[in-house]
Amino acid sequence: MSLDKSTLKRVAYLARIKIDNSEIDKMTEELNNIMKWVEKLNEVDIEDVQPMTGVSSMTLREREDKVTDGGLEDKILSNAPEKIDGSFTVPKVIE
Amino acid sequence: MTKITDLGVIETLEGLKSKEFSSEEVVSEYLKLIQSDSKLNAYIHFNGEKSLLEAKKSDQRRANNNSLPLDGLPIAVKDIFCVAGEKTSACSKILENFIPDYESTVTSKLWQAGGIYIGKTSMDEFAMGSSNETSYFGEVINPWSSDGDALVPGGSSGGSASAVAAKMAPIALGTDTGGSIRQPASFCGAVGIKPTYGRCSRWGIIAFASSLDQAGPITRSVKDSAVILQNMAGFDTMDSTSADIKVPDFINSCSKPIKGMKIGIPEEYRLDGLANDVQNVWESGIKWLKEAGAEIIDVTLPHTKYALPTYYIVAPAEASANLARYDGVKYGYRSENIKDLEDMYSQTRAEGFGAEVKRRILIGTYVLSAGYYDAYYLRAQKVRTKIVEDFTMAFNKCDAILTPTTPTGAFKIGEKNIDPVTMYMNDVFTVPASLAGLPAISIPSGLDAKGCPLGLQLIGKGFDEETIFSIGSILEESANFKNI
Amino acid sequence: MREPIKLKGETGTWEMVIGLEIHAQVKCKSKLFSGSATDFGASPNSQVSYVDAAMPGMLPVINSEAVNQAIKTGHALNAKINNVSIFDRKNYFYPDLPQGYQISQFKSPIVGEGWVIVDLGKGETKKIGIERLHLEQDAGKLMHDQHPKLSLVDLNRSGIPLMEIVSMPDMRDWEEAGAYLRKLRSIVRYIGSCDGNMDEGSLRCDANISVRRPGEEFGTRCELKNINSVKYMMKAVEYEAYRQIEIIEGGGKVLQQTRLYDPNKNETRSMRSKEEAHDYRYFPDPDLLPLHISAERIEKFKQELPELSDQKRERFQSEYGLSFYDADVLTADKKHADFFEVVSKNRDAKFVANWIITNFFAMLNEVEKSIENSPVKADQLGELFDLIQDGTVSGRTAKEVFEEMFTNGGSALEIVKSKGLKQISNTDELEDMVKKIIDDNQEQVNKYRSGNEKLFGWFVGQAMKNTGGTANPKVVNEILLKLLKG
Ligand SMILES: [Mg+2]
Ligand SMILES: [Zn+2]
Repeated sequence: MSLDKSTLKRVAYLARIKIDNSEIDKMTEELNNIMKWVEKLNEVDIEDVQPMTGVSSMTLREREDKVTDGGLEDKILSNAPEKIDGSFTVPKVIE
Repeated sequence: MTKITDLGVIETLEGLKSKEFSSEEVVSEYLKLIQSDSKLNAYIHFNGEKSLLEAKKSDQRRANNNSLPLDGLPIAVKDIFCVAGEKTSACSKILENFIPDYESTVTSKLWQAGGIYIGKTSMDEFAMGSSNETSYFGEVINPWSSDGDALVPGGSSGGSASAVAAKMAPIALGTDTGGSIRQPASFCGAVGIKPTYGRCSRWGIIAFASSLDQAGPITRSVKDSAVILQNMAGFDTMDSTSADIKVPDFINSCSKPIKGMKIGIPEEYRLDGLANDVQNVWESGIKWLKEAGAEIIDVTLPHTKYALPTYYIVAPAEASANLARYDGVKYGYRSENIKDLEDMYSQTRAEGFGAEVKRRILIGTYVLSAGYYDAYYLRAQKVRTKIVEDFTMAFNKCDAILTPTTPTGAFKIGEKNIDPVTMYMNDVFTVPASLAGLPAISIPSGLDAKGCPLGLQLIGKGFDEETIFSIGSILEESANFKNI
Repeated sequence: MREPIKLKGETGTWEMVIGLEIHAQVKCKSKLFSGSATDFGASPNSQVSYVDAAMPGMLPVINSEAVNQAIKTGHALNAKINNVSIFDRKNYFYPDLPQGYQISQFKSPIVGEGWVIVDLGKGETKKIGIERLHLEQDAGKLMHDQHPKLSLVDLNRSGIPLMEIVSMPDMRDWEEAGAYLRKLRSIVRYIGSCDGNMDEGSLRCDANISVRRPGEEFGTRCELKNINSVKYMMKAVEYEAYRQIEIIEGGGKVLQQTRLYDPNKNETRSMRSKEEAHDYRYFPDPDLLPLHISAERIEKFKQELPELSDQKRERFQSEYGLSFYDADVLTADKKHADFFEVVSKNRDAKFVANWIITNFFAMLNEVEKSIENSPVKADQLGELFDLIQDGTVSGRTAKEVFEEMFTNGGSALEIVKSKGLKQISNTDELEDMVKKIIDDNQEQVNKYRSGNEKLFGWFVGQAMKNTGGTANPKVVNEILLKLLKG
């Protein structure tokens, strides 16, 4: 499988990373080299092998249903690049 | 007379205890070095006022006979740990000026044990790198560089390793995802341990790859690492992957004999073309352990050569999601140059992330995307299972595995960042243990052809850091690295 | 058997195929993966933890109660509870999604296949299949009207636990879809896993709809998003079905789309923002381990599962002898059923059922109050019924007393006393009064006695009038009969 320019553009869109046209050729080549290199994994026989879903063999620990957090408006917003009236703001979204 | 800054963790704590010097003096000495550092660029931030204030409080506790286990000890912190009130950016532009209001579990445990925050050390951006060349705050220099020939400190915890090796901190915290503690420790002649996945809480540590990230110390001796890990490890209900397992006495295990222990030597690590210097140090290590009464046996880890490609699918996949939160909305950088929402995202992230981070986000997005998930991500997670099984089999026969930490010693700045895959090869020996979540330590054990440090890696069974501390202490003693 | 509604187009009849995805907010105090509160209507960003705001280094820890509620709901849907389920990340960018991914369940949901029986009226029912139920986080809220150029982001809802309940495409018209939605709302309310308030957004519905010629393959479906009432859902489905038929009959093709229903215009329109190529890149969340649920835990909730509406309706019919209709009305809402059971205890159940349905519910409806907010509580209403039963008040007076209780408060007995509404059943007292009526109206008496029996009612009316309606009509009748015979 090779990663072509249009795939790169689609992936970059999914990742919301703008790529200048001037970068596309170089990036496609770089990523392609990496993807070619990882294709070594095709040699491994993975039939009937379970994929790893967590390093630990433990099971998920659950928390008691208690309100222990919140009331932090000021702190939540203290690093915001832009805010109005206790809310984050973004360029207007058209739904 | 020895300088205060020449002292390691245990020696510093002893001096403080015997009132040979105060914490205020210790902290002042380190701050002087940090402030005047124009060469290494190991630190990116420090807050002398806060550190001195904490040092005074610590001295007061000592005066009142209420001292804590690490009271007065300066600790440098990789910029990936959230430290309350201190800029924390993972050395990325996208988190420039981010100041958390919360403290990571690991650092908070250390401060509760009396440790003193001394500054933030540089790192590869979001811990993605093996040379510390991707830091937004510039390259860090390995103190072993000779004049005019600047060497990398390794990465991603390059600032931490460089600071400890240059005696600008008795200990510095690192994180290790695929080798980011062990590889720079090896390059800088320091001890670095990545504990078992789940041993230290990940809460408050900026995530790179959640199933791999682990915190650990970089120090100048094995016992120093044991003392620090003792105080940073432990169960945390805030991290669902934290292990509810009692932390054993690591300090004690540093002086346990290793007679009769079985040390596995994996044949697959004898890569074609493994450099002579690395090979020689490995042979010495084998010899020293034999002399200490350990039994050396051959083990096989047949999927070793697949570890690195597996890692370069799994880690970027996780990272692509972990780094989606850096979108210019809640904190950090937002591009000025935006017309609409789509611009805000794509422009902010294009300007905020560096080249290597973008590369990995793109790879991660690609391997998870429709039509490629099974071929890449799912396959990699299956191979990962095989790698874990390899270790399980090997550990049926031995107590620990000895390998070189890195395939080469420190290289020159700019030497390997031409091609990503060449750079990735640095982690070829450290990544397998990461994928399996196993504890591994790097001990400075010799010198490469250039006269720069080389480390040996000991990999232990899950939650058996004790054994690698015991064996590591023997290696350290035999290598007598300090006197090289 | 009820036949589903078929739609007539220009070229023949069409059948609808409908499946619903319901997002039900899990009733619990704190969020799915953090300790912040889930209350409705809090000020912006006041119920947000660092986890909910996706601050760097934050990690999720699952709320045990949310898991319990999902298990209970699964049982109520006759579904299989999975011993192991996995949380996945669903990746996409949107300002209401601070992590850049939603933690959801994709390949291995907590609850697998099940079914429910829905009521289609007149005792007709239909079995609707459930495909799955999974747990996931809600997103925050965007506000667009507060600023000309900006949207504001409130993360209070971010991380609130939701159960997404996906039906099979088993519904064939909007009546069935409406009945299913109502049934599901009743179920989650019965077991207390969701408050079911659609206007507050704690229950939201997406409808997948396609049309086909009867018996043919499924057509291309459209998804109608975020509908917040049963009525609108039914209208949206109807509108959408006709829209699709029109397209096909006009020679066009239905495009698979996400559409929005506009209740003001009663139309659906394409959501342009949702039309971009989506690729959610689901993968297991490495911050969370697989969720294991023990067989004991599953069984425990099965045992503890409360009686659901179907079973309750059957019991009301057999135990209290109620009609299907009365039992159905009373059990549609558990609170109504509970109210009835309190009032009817040791009383005439049929009488109580009838009275509650005709008088009490009518009154609640009139003032738009829910049963919890009723000013007349079950025990108070019971006291009133006792007064009817023992003859203290007449049925007619009882309604008056009830209205007084409802509007101004007070116990039935107090009102009866203070307003002098006590029924007069004392024979002597009434006999004196009736005698006086007869004496004063000899002309009428003569007419009656000469055969105009219709005048009997006139005498009763006079007696009631004289006593302000408090005379016991039965006793008055007896006395009148005796005295008028002469
Ligand atoms: Mg859905
Ligand atoms: Zn959903």
